[in-house]
Amino acid sequence: MSAATIRGRAAVVGIGQTAFGKSLGRSEYDMALEAILAACADAGLSPRDIDGTVRYDMETTDEENLLAALGHPDLGWFASSAWGGGGSASVLVLAATAIAAGMASTVLIHRSRARGKHSAYGAGVHQGGRYWERLGEVALTGLNKWHVPHGLVAAFQEMAMIAMRHRIEYGTTDEQYAEVAVAFRSHAVRNPHAVMGTPITIADHHASRMVSDPLRLLDCCLETDGAVALVVTAAERARDLRQPPAYILAGAMAAGGHHIRLSTYYERGSNRTDDGAPRAARRLWAMAGVEPKDIDVACFYDFFTPLVIMALEDYGFCGPGEGGPFVERGGLAWPDGRLVCNTNGGQLSEAFIHGFNNTVEAVRQIRGTSTAQVAGCELALVAGGNTDPTGAVILRR
Amino acid sequence: MSPPLPGPTRDDAEFWAAARRGELRFQRCTGCGRFRHYPRPTCPRCLSRDFAWERSTGRGTVWTWTIVRGPTLPAFESKQPYNVVDVLMEEGVHFVSEVLHCPPEQIRAGMPVEAVFVAASDEITLVKFRRAP
Repeated sequence: MSAATIRGRAAVVGIGQTAFGKSLGRSEYDMALEAILAACADAGLSPRDIDGTVRYDMETTDEENLLAALGHPDLGWFASSAWGGGGSASVLVLAATAIAAGMASTVLIHRSRARGKHSAYGAGVHQGGRYWERLGEVALTGLNKWHVPHGLVAAFQEMAMIAMRHRIEYGTTDEQYAEVAVAFRSHAVRNPHAVMGTPITIADHHASRMVSDPLRLLDCCLETDGAVALVVTAAERARDLRQPPAYILAGAMAAGGHHIRLSTYYERGSNRTDDGAPRAARRLWAMAGVEPKDIDVACFYDFFTPLVIMALEDYGFCGPGEGGPFVERGGLAWPDGRLVCNTNGGQLSEAFIHGFNNTVEAVRQIRGTSTAQVAGCELALVAGGNTDPTGAVILRR
Repeated sequence: MSPPLPGPTRDDAEFWAAARRGELRFQRCTGCGRFRHYPRPTCPRCLSRDFAWERSTGRGTVWTWTIVRGPTLPAFESKQPYNVVDVLMEEGVHFVSEVLHCPPEQIRAGMPVEAVFVAASDEITLVKFRRAP
């Protein structure tokens, strides 16, 4: 018997999404089902062919909701990935694991969010809104109690402190942050699904208001509504389906600190070598048998521009502290950047679907259907949030 | 409007009781001597479950920081812009808090700070900081 591995055993065969917008007036449940049905149709499969599901643990459309809405498919595997955006690629690792182990043959993954600034549509779990605005409704529990009383309440503020430390150590600059925002916006302008369709300049970035130093508004991901879904099946079955398969060449998960827990995040000092993303990266490259220089396009979890700069370091595209210079002079921009990234516009400029819209974009790149298509794209990296317990996959044509 | 406040648990009640007395105390491993924060049942270095709540000098330096200017909870809106700091304490642990009476433009990494105690309710006293000489 050959060694157990997920390497190349599964492929993405269907993708689907809703329209994205800042306030669509729809429930997360409704948007989830639209994206799921679209993904099944794209694959040429019936929802009743699904025998496994993987979701974000924060996802409000759970297995029971799915069964009731999809005609009660016989699920032999259902799992969830924790840590929000950190799990945006881990969900694919879990799906591939189930398929490689024979626990499921066709796995549905989805993410739906009503996360626009004004997207809380009454009471109820499917109605969305900003998670952090509910802090303080009861006594603080868990680790929130150690920072929320001091006014550190939302992810952008926590990430600002991590980004500031990177500046303190390496001198990362506002201009470098702006390079990321400008590059990803240039991709969004080409993408008709993107919420942000107007080009921006370095000066526009600098003129946007500071929200939590050193993060300006244009350093931050959007707050939007929308849903995306994809269908994963076994590699041998994928070949017979409607779309060119995006094979999951390799996948890895790793824990190593979380942005909310700053006290333990920095307990090992400031060396990121043992953070989740670098740990995942080591396993990912080893399984894939390829190197960073072989990657044609990358879709990083772009919640904030400096975290993309750090992800370039974490995944070995450059050394520690070299991410800032790496992004200069259009370093991430289609078509000629050093490493073309987030060709949908990312979460900074397409939509914020908890990273999963970036995963769908990576599949489009492998199929050759992106609106900022990298010529001859063979290998795409998808990485989850790099200051969370995280994961990453490499897709192969 | 008062900020959202913690509910103490069996793992951290001693921290909050000490703060109420005007003392900053961290867990210290009896086995290897390492301090730790947040409170937890085992030492991350030697895995010993034996510890004591030892008093901190209250002194440290700013490791990283932010100035919150954008959206925040209503309880904090009136004091924007305000700082949040991660303090590297002399004991080697990190502690998230705020430097009081320090204008945003004066916050900087490496700045020496010392703990002060601000009663927020009958039960909860928050550990804040001020600039130290």
